[in-house]
Amino acid sequence: MSQKTATEKTLTPPPHTEPVVFTRDMLDWLPWIEPMAEQDMTERHLASLVDASRVKSPYFRLLARDPDVLEARTRTDKDIFYNPEAGLPRAERELAAAATSRLNGCIYCASVHARFAATYSKRTDDVQRLLDEGVGARLDERWDAIVAASVALTALPITFGPPHIERLRKAGLDDAAIADLIGAASFFNWANRLMLSLGVPATQG
Amino acid sequence: MASARDVIDTLVGIAPGSKLDAIRANRSEARKHAQASYASLFEPREVGGVAAYERNAIAAFVAGLHGEPRTIAFYAARLPTNLRATVAAEVAAASSKGPYGHFPKGPLSTEDAPGPTWKMSEAGRQALGARLAAAFEHTHMLVFHPRDAAAPALQALLDAGWSTTDIVTVSQLVSFLAYQIRVVAGLTTLASTL
Repeated sequence: MSQKTATEKTLTPPPHTEPVVFTRDMLDWLPWIEPMAEQDMTERHLASLVDASRVKSPYFRLLARDPDVLEARTRTDKDIFYNPEAGLPRAERELAAAATSRLNGCIYCASVHARFAATYSKRTDDVQRLLDEGVGARLDERWDAIVAASVALTALPITFGPPHIERLRKAGLDDAAIADLIGAASFFNWANRLMLSLGVPATQG
Repeated sequence: MASARDVIDTLVGIAPGSKLDAIRANRSEARKHAQASYASLFEPREVGGVAAYERNAIAAFVAGLHGEPRTIAFYAARLPTNLRATVAAEVAAASSKGPYGHFPKGPLSTEDAPGPTWKMSEAGRQALGARLAAAFEHTHMLVFHPRDAAAPALQALLDAGWSTTDIVTVSQLVSFLAYQIRVVAGLTTLASTL
């Protein structure tokens, strides 16, 4: 069923169960407005996905409606999180993403990045406590400093200040690691808003 | 035309050869594509359904709501003079603390932090029109209480004349700024300690 023009009514998602707790489980995501149909996507739309496999994702096919910003967003995301050169270890970039998502209330984003944080840190129980108890959970001083800095960058008004940086330095982060934390927490203020506002998470199965 | 100067570098005041310049150079793809994100939203190859003045008005509102002085000045400067006071008045009326909002009903309900759903003033509506008024109201939710988002918020945008593709662009614009403003605030703080 091809639908070349945008719907003027929001979509009614199929019957689903919305998760009511933060979880490391795999979730689905159901859009409230119409993603592009795969057969309607031009070369430009497909290239904007960066990873060809994302054509199966309704989230990315929806964002592909504005391909230039999707491609730039995706390449920003990948360098912030995947560039292994120096800076903050991957596990702690993911921790910042999970903490930001926990505070903003993005159950979908938190699920993905809590899984990554647990995988890369091997501290599954601590990651789960962040999900269960929220950003006030006590983990250890280094992780607490990272979570507190993510919270201060996410809050409005933004309360991030020199004391956060001093605490991060005492916990062993160098300037490049602190810049990575700023990038990761800030980026999730972008990602959370798209995920939260354009659709709804659903449990799988 | 791409901007000659990287906006984040300009707003933070990162000089070539400085310590922060070197740190940002270690994430050259993120630096380049944060700028490309800005360019795709504010200097798009095709303006599509979201006019330049609409992009600039929404951006000035987002920056005002975040209260970060460098970005406020930057995006206010993109507005025609006659709109600056209108947007500033709406910012003053709309300012809040975030993030607040509701969780899906269940165990997380104990963490619900209810707060206002903001509506634009009649004077603002007269000056900006119903279409931008709907976008500003949506923007306020995205900035301060994104977890309250639900399908009716998008229906309000469709009803005000925004297409599905326009909604993607506007959502990206607001959400990108939520990123850019925090990077500017964060790196400015880091720079002050170096």
